[in-house]
Amino acid sequence: MTMTESAEPTTRMNMIQAINSALDVMMDRDPDVVVMGEDVGYFGGVFRATAGLQAKFGKTRVFDTPITEIGIMGVAIGMGAYGLRPVPEIQFADYIYPALDQLVSEAARLRYRSAGEFTAPITIRSPYGGGIFGGQTHSQSPEGIFTHVSGMKTVIPSTPYDAKGLLIAAIEDNDPVLFLEPKRIYNGPFDGHWDRPAQNWSKHPAGEVPTGHYRVELGKAAIVRPGEALTILAYGTMVHVCRAVVEESGVDAEIIDLRTLVPLDIQTIEASVKKTGRCMIVHEATRTSGFGAELSALVQERCFYHLEAPIERVTGFDTPYPHSLEWAYFPGPVRIGQALKKIMKDA
Amino acid sequence: MAEPDGADARLRPNMPQLSLHVPEPRFRPGDPVDFAEVDIPAAGAARRPDTADAPGGFTELAYTLVRVLDDAGNAVGPWDPKLSPDRLRAILRHMVLLRAFDERMFRAQRQGKTSFYMKALGEEAVAVAAAHALDYEDMCFPSYRQQGLLIARDWSLVDMMNQIYSNTADRLQGKQLPIMYSAKAAGFFSISGNLTTQYPQAVGWAMASAARGDTRIAAVWCGEGSTAEGDFHSACTFAAVYRAPVIMNIVNNQWAISSFSGFAGAESTTFAARGVGYGIAALRVDGNDALAVYAATEWAAERARTNAGPTLIEHFTYRAEGHSTSDDPGQYRSAGEPTAWPLGDPVARLKQHLIAIGEWDQERHAAQDRELAEQVKAAQKEAEKNGILGHGLHQPLDSLFDGVFEEMPWHLREQQAQMMAEEEASGRPWARK
Repeated sequence: MTMTESAEPTTRMNMIQAINSALDVMMDRDPDVVVMGEDVGYFGGVFRATAGLQAKFGKTRVFDTPITEIGIMGVAIGMGAYGLRPVPEIQFADYIYPALDQLVSEAARLRYRSAGEFTAPITIRSPYGGGIFGGQTHSQSPEGIFTHVSGMKTVIPSTPYDAKGLLIAAIEDNDPVLFLEPKRIYNGPFDGHWDRPAQNWSKHPAGEVPTGHYRVELGKAAIVRPGEALTILAYGTMVHVCRAVVEESGVDAEIIDLRTLVPLDIQTIEASVKKTGRCMIVHEATRTSGFGAELSALVQERCFYHLEAPIERVTGFDTPYPHSLEWAYFPGPVRIGQALKKIMKDA
Repeated sequence: MAEPDGADARLRPNMPQLSLHVPEPRFRPGDPVDFAEVDIPAAGAARRPDTADAPGGFTELAYTLVRVLDDAGNAVGPWDPKLSPDRLRAILRHMVLLRAFDERMFRAQRQGKTSFYMKALGEEAVAVAAAHALDYEDMCFPSYRQQGLLIARDWSLVDMMNQIYSNTADRLQGKQLPIMYSAKAAGFFSISGNLTTQYPQAVGWAMASAARGDTRIAAVWCGEGSTAEGDFHSACTFAAVYRAPVIMNIVNNQWAISSFSGFAGAESTTFAARGVGYGIAALRVDGNDALAVYAATEWAAERARTNAGPTLIEHFTYRAEGHSTSDDPGQYRSAGEPTAWPLGDPVARLKQHLIAIGEWDQERHAAQDRELAEQVKAAQKEAEKNGILGHGLHQPLDSLFDGVFEEMPWHLREQQAQMMAEEEASGRPWARK
């Protein structure tokens, strides 16, 4: 947790409430901030992230949209060109693909192609990830598709505190930001043991969230567990799963929560791997061309002479997200634990 | 922070100030409901053009309602399909069976036996009557609420339930969300969770059928909310350009999760009117009138079969339940809406008609209700022998990798081996074989 500007008082929040609070705070501070998306208005969103905002800020600042993701994205860009600061929601990250052209060819390149005359200061919020029996159309982790696009930022929080601070920083950012929300941990951290009782955020230190304005800067990772034996790079839900595995294994791992994938906090990663000599990368997304491949290449380029074992990637499998076998797909404690043993074999 | 270029009205004080229109439904939770403003033309009033007529000659049919059953249960006007009593009873039976199936599976989800379900309550006529009007060989591209097509094609209830439970007998191997059926043998395309993707696909199927000189046509369904998706408009363009033998159905059930039809454009025009702009024959139909749905589908099928081109049909109906088991409609609309809906209940209306013509009675109806409820219950019992979601009776673990490609590449084989090794180490419940 890196607090760059603190605000009192604080209160307990789950991740949904923290996101809602970030939107509330930003809409209060900046009349240019508008929230749009399917079911976000009166209903307050299918995950309730925008609950109460329309009643407070009115229908021209918080409004439902037609069901057309490319329309939502294009309209958000146009509103941004006018001077507003739109925060569109794509109801599930699995539904972002129709918007791809507006995101990739337009939002991400508008600044570049107009030499800064026009920008797209939009923050696209979207729940992502599995572990909720959502099947292949409510479970995907598409971040690697977007980190591949030049001109847009990708942010993924892992706690309520970070979610609020990062979302505020994203909204205040003048470039397009994809803000992916790990929906498995909306209501509580998840240790990867799906057959154990669900946790909530009430006992987690990062469930204590300032009610006012604060920023968690984009591009800054967090060392959530310092250690000497190896470096684990993770984000979103997997931060918590890794943490639980590490605690159970007794291995003195340093766990880095990337928080922002682009721009990446390479200094923190590099310093850690040079210290530990080992690096394991964990994400839920499919493996091939996943963000782990980029991380692996970067670590190899910068830390090759410090590495004492091959870099390990622990990921979802290269299949669509299954329904009934989702826990066989999910990179849970067993997969991470086996990789941990492998990378520590000669230590 | 960038300053809006024209945000301040004082910049041009002599000009009228703009305002943004954001649609708002007429009733919210707690509001009394009165649908008097919904324009309901009389049954029998709409004319029935010849199926060979050019679409430009009957555009008014996109702005009215084709209705056959009047308030007394009589079938009236030129759209009366004049069905035999046996056919009428079969349509009624399938609608009642669909309702019983939905009821039982909705409850199964509430009991924790599966993760998800979607009912078609109040919309039964839309899929069931259409299936009766189509040939069995015609290809259907459903959205997620046309399970009535499978029911009307006498597809196995147990097979559908196996899919809902993701159990060992699920032909889709637990890979899909419950109710996202696929039944090629019944001319039922694999359902996608992504909206309206099936629309251009149906047009493509129909174009292929025409290109090959086949005799089969295609039919496709989406909700009114989904007509906003680009796929819908691409589909209309292709269908019009190539005069594809396809029936494009828009199920206007008034609600897309919490968004009323105004967010798809209903405040300004009808959904059938979308067809007019593309030069596609367009009908707007009372979707709670099984005979009107049948007649419109039969008419559209005749057009398609005679190379007269595609037809867009808006089925004006009402979603009497929530969108799915994941939402509570009481949060966003008035609880009074379903019962106040001015076009009534499709099951009750067809039942009334059959009774009016002396081909049905209350006792037979009640007996059929009991019989079909029993049939569903028996099917459920049978399906549950194959397991319910999450109770360790799933398909073989390594099936996770089947079907990604026709032949498994090295990297998937490697990952499959990795998963089986994890399985050895884990003692997960589904390891029990």
